[in-house]
Amino acid sequence: MRFRNMLMIALALFLVGGFAFAAAEGEAETIKIGVAGPHSGDLAPYGLPTINAAELVAEKVNAAGGVLGLQIELIIEDDTCVPEVAANTAAKLVSDGVVAVIGHVCSGATNAAMPIYVESDILAISPSATNPSLRDFPNFFRTIGADDAQGPAQVDYVVDELGMTKIAILHDKGDYGKGLADFALAALAKRGIEPVLFDGITVGAVDYSAIINRVAAEGAEIVLWGGYHPEASKLVDQMRSRGLDIAFMGADGIYGDAIIDLAGDAAEGVYASGPSIAAGPIAEEYRALHVAKYGAEPGQFFMQGVSAMLALVNAIETAGSTDYDALISALRSETVDTPYGSIGFDAMGDATGVGFSVFQVQNQTYVPVQ
Amino acid sequence: MDFEFFVNLLFSGLTRGSIYALLALGYTMVYGIVKLINFAHGEVYMIGAFTTLIMVSVLTILNLPILAIAVIAALVAIVWSAGYGYTLDKIAYKPLREAPRLSALISAIGMSLFLQNYVRLAQTSDFLPFPRFLPTVRFLDNYDGLSSSQFIIFTTTTVVMVILTIFIKFTRVGKSMRAAAQDRMMATLTGVNVNKTISVTFLIGSVTAAIGGILISAHVGQINFYIGFLAGIKAFVAAVLGGIGSIPGAVLGSFVLGLTESFGAGYISSDYEDVFAFIILVLILIFRPSGILGKPAAQKV
Repeated sequence: MRFRNMLMIALALFLVGGFAFAAAEGEAETIKIGVAGPHSGDLAPYGLPTINAAELVAEKVNAAGGVLGLQIELIIEDDTCVPEVAANTAAKLVSDGVVAVIGHVCSGATNAAMPIYVESDILAISPSATNPSLRDFPNFFRTIGADDAQGPAQVDYVVDELGMTKIAILHDKGDYGKGLADFALAALAKRGIEPVLFDGITVGAVDYSAIINRVAAEGAEIVLWGGYHPEASKLVDQMRSRGLDIAFMGADGIYGDAIIDLAGDAAEGVYASGPSIAAGPIAEEYRALHVAKYGAEPGQFFMQGVSAMLALVNAIETAGSTDYDALISALRSETVDTPYGSIGFDAMGDATGVGFSVFQVQNQTYVPVQ
Repeated sequence: MDFEFFVNLLFSGLTRGSIYALLALGYTMVYGIVKLINFAHGEVYMIGAFTTLIMVSVLTILNLPILAIAVIAALVAIVWSAGYGYTLDKIAYKPLREAPRLSALISAIGMSLFLQNYVRLAQTSDFLPFPRFLPTVRFLDNYDGLSSSQFIIFTTTTVVMVILTIFIKFTRVGKSMRAAAQDRMMATLTGVNVNKTISVTFLIGSVTAAIGGILISAHVGQINFYIGFLAGIKAFVAAVLGGIGSIPGAVLGSFVLGLTESFGAGYISSDYEDVFAFIILVLILIFRPSGILGKPAAQKV
């Protein structure tokens, strides 16, 4: 009997405690924003900077009184860039009651998470997912240029700035490489230019001199490369060792120090398109905040993350609520000042005002040339 | 598409063929004697390249001239790879000599996976820059179809082939290799030390593979743990094409494969480079099931 009484008391306490807890939670109402991306594993360097970006913006906004008088609360979830995990991450964020998500980071993971957000009327702003097909989701926004914007940026530079029209397009037959090559081909076709060669190569082959002979024989002035840096450095190295002075341009897959390490002197003069560099007072401010708080320079996609967070905060303020439809129309109609200058979003969710620049290897480092 | 273009493609094909030949020799010699397809052979090629890279990094500290570094590093790498080939045989194949052939084949695939992942863990999974110690000179005036590294690859392969032919034709060990290939049991009965001969075969095969690995890495300027896979598969195809078990066949098959890929990529499309290689393989195997120079397997009754 006594035991039973104690049990009843314990249960009663538990219930009261539960209510008390709920009441406490209700008192400090916040606006919950999810941050999803790879925060562990190989690809963590692409996801962690976005957390820092979201935290810095949230701190700044909260210190200034929050948004709509409420504090921002971040709910951070790791999707490890794996689509199956990302679906769970999305479900978790939905049940936590977020109004919007900053993320996801990888295109594949984003693609898996979006349908869950569509069902739950939650919008997502990705700092880094570049796959064009993501625009099919009505609630998807991104603060980075899509892959199909890269082809036109490359072609504009090659034709208008370099004045070259004899273009050979090579790719590695992979999703990313062939995709880029197709976008470049389409951009050339818009200008009525036919490439002198459009061909794929086998990744890992022992020698590329046959295809290089072909490029030379077709009289190409420049090779547009769709693929990653290992094959790019082999191609450019074998062209230079043959004394062929054909220009070489790749995309963000070769933008980085890796190709310079591999190809050495042969990499000199190589062009690469890549996301535009953030500059100006807002970029400088967040860079300084990052260095002050984390003691290091910001990593990959940090500035895109800051832009996404700023755009979201601005949309909530403009809409005056966290209502899904109001937020979406606010995002599509308003422009907001970000590290990339004033940006807005078009009907497909692509940011207007962010884009790609062209860089060139000069003295063993990439410098912007456009 | 003029004559010069044709000659350029010919040289490209010869370069590829040379590399395939250096690797295919190892497959075909081992198959000739042990009737085993040594799938870990491509890994010996990769280890040759990695050892050279490590040795060059170490020797650079001593401030030797680049050619001396290259020669010492290459020699060490060749000896080291030969050690790997020998050890592979002792650990993974010799205990299975009397087992069904499938067991040895599985063991070979296992060694291949093991060595790849071992190098990936012990070194790195990234591509590493490989020192370009093959001298790059414009040695032919007004002609840029052939780079000096391609020329060196082709010459080295030719020299290796000549030495190997002399070795197999005129030395005692060469004779016992031929004897073991013809009939292992009979060779044993006539006093040939077959186990020693098999070890020598693995040593020679690994040496040629290492030479190939060093040459091609210096030519393309980068390596990673996975380079042996595709090169190994292609060389294996070349060996089958020429008639596996036949040494001249492996060389011939390699050049047929290299030239097909090169002309296919040059005149049609490099998208289908591998397709041409395998179409040739299928066609030859339809009309000559044991390869170009392979002996038809006698049906023992």
